[in-house]
Amino acid sequence: MEPVKLKVSYAPFVRSKDSIESVMYNVALALLPATAMSVYYFGIPALLVTITAIAASVGFEWLTDKIRKKPDSCLDGSAVVTGLLLALNVPSGLPLWMVVVGAFVAIVVTKHLFGGLGFNIFNPALVARVFLLISFPVAMTSWAVPFAVDMQTAASPLGILKTDGMAALANFSYMDALLGKTGGSLGETSVLALLMGAAWLFYKRYITISIPLSFIASTLAFTGIFYLIDPTTYASPLFHFLTGGLVLGAFFMATDMVTSPLSLRGQLLFGIGCGLLTAVIRLWGGYPEGVSFAILIMNSLVPLLDKWDLDEIKAKKQKSLTTA
Amino acid sequence: MKTFSIGGIHPPESKLTASKAVENMPLPSEIVVSMSQHLGKPAKPLVKVGEEVKKGQRIGEADGFISAHVHAGTSGKVKSVKSVPHPGGNYSLSVIITTDGEDSWAEGLNTAPIDWKGLTKESIIEKIKDAGIVGMGGAGFPSSVKLSPPPDKTIDTIILNGAECEPFLTADHRVMVESAEEVIKGLEIITSLFQGKAKPFIGIEANKPDAIEAMQKAAKGTGIEIVSLETKYPQGAEKQLINAITGRTIEEGQLPFDKGCLVHNIGTAVAIYDAVCCNRPLVERVLTVSGMEISSARNIRAVIGTRFSSIAAFCGNMSEKTNQVITGGPMMGRSQFTLEVPVTKTTSGILFINNAALETSRERTCIRCGKCIDACPQSLEPWLLGNEAQFRRLDDAELYGLANCTECGSCTFVCPSKRELVHWIKYAKALVNNRKQRKTA
Repeated sequence: MEPVKLKVSYAPFVRSKDSIESVMYNVALALLPATAMSVYYFGIPALLVTITAIAASVGFEWLTDKIRKKPDSCLDGSAVVTGLLLALNVPSGLPLWMVVVGAFVAIVVTKHLFGGLGFNIFNPALVARVFLLISFPVAMTSWAVPFAVDMQTAASPLGILKTDGMAALANFSYMDALLGKTGGSLGETSVLALLMGAAWLFYKRYITISIPLSFIASTLAFTGIFYLIDPTTYASPLFHFLTGGLVLGAFFMATDMVTSPLSLRGQLLFGIGCGLLTAVIRLWGGYPEGVSFAILIMNSLVPLLDKWDLDEIKAKKQKSLTTA
Repeated sequence: MKTFSIGGIHPPESKLTASKAVENMPLPSEIVVSMSQHLGKPAKPLVKVGEEVKKGQRIGEADGFISAHVHAGTSGKVKSVKSVPHPGGNYSLSVIITTDGEDSWAEGLNTAPIDWKGLTKESIIEKIKDAGIVGMGGAGFPSSVKLSPPPDKTIDTIILNGAECEPFLTADHRVMVESAEEVIKGLEIITSLFQGKAKPFIGIEANKPDAIEAMQKAAKGTGIEIVSLETKYPQGAEKQLINAITGRTIEEGQLPFDKGCLVHNIGTAVAIYDAVCCNRPLVERVLTVSGMEISSARNIRAVIGTRFSSIAAFCGNMSEKTNQVITGGPMMGRSQFTLEVPVTKTTSGILFINNAALETSRERTCIRCGKCIDACPQSLEPWLLGNEAQFRRLDDAELYGLANCTECGSCTFVCPSKRELVHWIKYAKALVNNRKQRKTA
């Protein structure tokens, strides 16, 4: 008597509840406070940018899956996170068609042309941001003033620092920067909201401290040295921490699992590299902000950093084989 | 509290039967005694169809050094000797016995307990060999071989494995609570083989406080140290257990005795006591029948050769939702395609489960989260070994430590992409073995 059909499969027969979906949607959840703050400061335009970015990303994901004849992945959450990160990386006043172009670059060019989820070398949202910044420099640097009623724009604190120097920053308020009441991309503004989200990801163990810590610490150390040398020319490390995309980049973009190293050593080197490049670009580069470029440059080194670890494993084994 | 140093996971413990006393399973009308219940070559059948056998009679002769004798689990008549499904997933030559219900022992067996202290080392090992005792935790390595390490190896640590880190399983747990005396005596017998130079330990996970208490009570004055271990999978894996208790690490290619250690299972210790003191060969064992889909989960003592179908009936049958039946634990066990397979010496449990993920889950691409690396107790890169296996890059896989994988399944448990990592690793190991055999042939 065999009342039911038994199925044979591989051990283990219990699996954790973690899935690609749970990872991705938790990242999206962690980004919600920052998104909410940006909508609070910049109003409906910010909301429209966010919705457009997510919808376009998911749409492109769906379309590419169809063309590539792959199982549907548009709802696995990764396109949602990419869209959300893209939105947080652009100004609230960006024309929506540009947002769609950004989503195309992120999903189709950066992700699927490299093989889809898990195979992209560069962070999709960051490539899209840099693509937009180079293609539409004016639109990408027209930062809305928080609570503006008439589409008033202003430069970001880092932009002011770059063009007008320290003297122009006399009215800079650290408290406003912490809460996000400054000009900037959607997600560059409220450090507090971002840290709340990051805390959630640490609690859920979806990110490790190594990358954000080494990234931020090396940025602060490097900018701190120059602040100590000449505080009239160089801004304080705290200023660098609270402005621009450092916190967003360090906790949410550099920690992207796909485009960051696997080993602790790799992660620390990756973080330090990101931090130094960010500081160098901010202090002497042509652009006021360097986080995106820094992460992308370091992304390109990740395969090398991983190979270093794996080659060591191999070499150790080969050595033991020859001595045996 | 002690634990192994690297990796590990915390799967749901699901010890449904932890407080249920072991029940004796009634004799089935037919038993199927497989000739392959151990690591190594199958035993050679010694009986013919129609022959009468007694309980404990040797019906399979060990074939070679790494092999083990097999005994009839009860008295009856040999119905057939043929190849039938085996819980290992293959077919194996088995002696099928129609039981006569008398359950009468063969002469000279099942005697009143004697004091083992008068026995010589050689006669103890001979008795263990005659009883067909193998490692009852799952691997089934012949115990007499394990207890005779090469003379150049010094054993200074003997560990009894009461970790039972697999979810659901509670057989060792119950044995420790109910048969503490026998466990201790079994361990004392093992220790005596090393002329008092080895220190005996019993490692028990902290989720079994009653077992720790029972063993501590029974071990008083014997010099046996009861070690409470953190509840973490795979605490009961040989290499991890040695690491937890002694701090030593078994390197790739090494065996426990290379680091002065010897690990035995709780059930094996009891079997050794039975064999040495009572002349009882290994013909029955305690196992856990559990899972969400069996109506009355319990711990049972069953005759080796009892079919899973009889056990399912004894435990109130499985629900219609059952889609998998597993032997062993859910982390390292094997799924069965039929309930006609018998209990063997290494069957620590039978689980009746509804594996819902089976219908919906598919392998996705690696998202490089690194969870498998953190989980691996052998410090491997499971994601990479999985890739190498999928693309059949066997040389690379070996260089990345393929042989060092203990197949505990922790990487596969944690993978958010639901990759069948440990399956791919086992697959690569099988391919490497085939290749080696072809080379030597």
